[in-house]
Amino acid sequence: MTDIQHMNMIQAINSAMDVMMERDPTVVVMGEDVGFFGGVFRATAGLQQKYGKNRVFDTPITECGIIGVAVGMGAYGLRPVPEIQFADYIYPALDQLVSEAARLRYRSAGEFIAPMTVRSPFGGGIFGGQTHSQSPEGIFTHCSGIKTVIPSTPYDAKGLLIAAIEDNDPTIFFEPKRIYNGPFDGEYDTPATSWAGHRDAQVPTGYYRIPLGKARIARAGEALTILCYGTMVHVVEHTVAMLGLDAEIVDLRSLVPLDIETIEASVKKTGRCLIVHEATRTSGFGAELLAQVQERCFHHLEAPIERVTGFDTPYPHSLEWAYFPGPVRIREAINKIMKD
Amino acid sequence: MTDPHVSAGLQGESGRNLPPLRLHVPEPPARPGESADFTHFDIPAADAAPRPDETAQPATMRDMAYGLVRVLDEDGAAVGQWNPNLPPETLLRMLRAMALTRAFDARMFRAQRQGKTSFYMKSTGEEAVSIGAALALHRDDMCFPSYRQQGILIARDWPIIDMMNQIYSNKGDRLKGRQLPIMYSAREAGFFSISGNLTTQYPQAVGWAMASAARGDTRIAATWCGEGSTAEGDFHSACTFASVYRAPVIMNIVNNQWAISSFSGFAGAEATTFAARAVGYGIAGLRVDGNDVLAVYAATRWAADRARANAGPTLIEHFTYRVEGHSTSDDPTAYRSAEESSLWPLGDPIARLKQHCIGLGIWDEDRHAAMDKELAETVRDAAREAEKNGILGHGLHHPMESMFEDVFEEMPWHLKEQQQQMLDEWKAAGL
Repeated sequence: MTDIQHMNMIQAINSAMDVMMERDPTVVVMGEDVGFFGGVFRATAGLQQKYGKNRVFDTPITECGIIGVAVGMGAYGLRPVPEIQFADYIYPALDQLVSEAARLRYRSAGEFIAPMTVRSPFGGGIFGGQTHSQSPEGIFTHCSGIKTVIPSTPYDAKGLLIAAIEDNDPTIFFEPKRIYNGPFDGEYDTPATSWAGHRDAQVPTGYYRIPLGKARIARAGEALTILCYGTMVHVVEHTVAMLGLDAEIVDLRSLVPLDIETIEASVKKTGRCLIVHEATRTSGFGAELLAQVQERCFHHLEAPIERVTGFDTPYPHSLEWAYFPGPVRIREAINKIMKD
Repeated sequence: MTDPHVSAGLQGESGRNLPPLRLHVPEPPARPGESADFTHFDIPAADAAPRPDETAQPATMRDMAYGLVRVLDEDGAAVGQWNPNLPPETLLRMLRAMALTRAFDARMFRAQRQGKTSFYMKSTGEEAVSIGAALALHRDDMCFPSYRQQGILIARDWPIIDMMNQIYSNKGDRLKGRQLPIMYSAREAGFFSISGNLTTQYPQAVGWAMASAARGDTRIAATWCGEGSTAEGDFHSACTFASVYRAPVIMNIVNNQWAISSFSGFAGAEATTFAARAVGYGIAGLRVDGNDVLAVYAATRWAADRARANAGPTLIEHFTYRVEGHSTSDDPTAYRSAEESSLWPLGDPIARLKQHCIGLGIWDEDRHAAMDKELAETVRDAAREAEKNGILGHGLHHPMESMFEDVFEEMPWHLKEQQQQMLDEWKAAGL
């Protein structure tokens, strides 16, 4: 029987890489500051000391180069886990991700694959300003051939990261950095909480995986379905608890592949749907969710589907809490959906 | 009202006694209708270039990035320190591979003009760059080519009918008709899937080489890009990685003077050589006569030996000339002097090796003519065979539902749903 330990999300992510490096000698970890120092968020701490510099190494500051090199390593037969230090820095690597990693299996009819997992902290709520707060998941879900995974708890982070590393397709693994050290309920002016005592911070020390494409019912309920992921799961849980509402909260966990069966069953049961994400609204993943729910559940809907998202502006530093889709905005949207 | 952003950009503070700034926009030496002139080219004698030790420190051999490694002199004799002294069978193998590449190009270009496919790119005049390198590498060294290195596959004896099936996107195409013609992939030939996006293969080759080194393997990687795309960020990322980790990789720049209609000046050729990019990265840099297959062979061999000795990467500029258009989609007479290719001072790579072989007494005009005839028949017969599998747009392609395969290892529900929807729509339309 595998041991269970308390872990915050950083420790769970570190444990996932540790477990996979132990099991599979082709797994390599690379990125800016990930080696000796162990990463700016400490996610790779101790890995270089344990597995050596040939498997865990610092890279030059060129995201295009990091991902391009990872594509070549994948073609050789390795299983790279590159870190992009902040999701906001991923854009220089877009060509290598979108046109290369994501298309390699298809264009070579399976001769070459890119079995890489790109880890990157994303999202706001840490006063990171516009270049340390973005949520660019919609760019990747729009692109064929790449998977996008976003955990919301330490337990999920480890199980999903192991599944992503084992997956033979390229996967973007966005880590909600606001909840690395503790769940965040959206009440920005109250003291931060840690993962201590949280049910989902009890994490097996050994190997386990959570399949990609399976959502989690974070709270079962009858009144309303709320689709969300990452930090927003905790903000939604808190808001629903405050309202005393019997909502069903679906933590998507993976956007591509998407667990459409769980979404469809939930909305058909409740007849109402709210979508919450931190990313900008226009062409955000919420638009796709809204279309999917409308196509499949139209005759079960008792109210228009609502979205609460980041605004279509850059992430403003001083006005972070006006931008962030917090409890105030979520409550207003719920009231609108529930009023009929 | 004047836009304040514009007016601020158009006029600085008045009253300064300074000359107006000028923007330099490069212009090629000759445009259509003008005379080409290559007399300003500094072409060193064939035996002029010294040959450093394969493990020489880059800082001790910077001159190599500004000189020109040559072996074949004006009379076709192999001279100097870089002469690889190849046996006759290797010389004749090189000659045949270059001639086959040219014959293949001629046939496939014509097939495109006949409407049998959408696109083709010839490598005329640049055959030595691919074939000299391919024969200097080990068969299991990994190549990350750009789109004009078909000669590598031919030098590695890859079946030309397989290449033609890809060009025709027919049912025999292993890539299932998904890629633009000539974007081959041949894992068994150590030939990476070609991308249409430029120089993406550069960091990939460096990554492959780093993996090989990290695993204690003995295989090295080689990659190619054009001089125009050395401007891409990927090129510079790759050079940085290659330098930092001393990756066992050979990075080739095929300087054929033209990037579609943009002459090499738009990639920086007015300021320095492309081999000189190596200097800033602390990488060994060689500048080579790309129309001299023996020089290409010798330089590649030097770089391969260097990589295998853990002495680091090499950047090689192959100085050559793109005799034909960029592809079947452009007409070079619209942007450059028609005289250029005939006046190119470094000659034709096939003619030069032929002259060398005749001089050695191992070849003659009659045998050369017979070989050309035989190769033309070989490609004609292969094309006829390939055409039995279909040509583009004539129905003999892979089934339409195959378009959804290989996006992921396992097809997710949304692709299955779209696949079924497509089939249902065609069925409903009676097709």
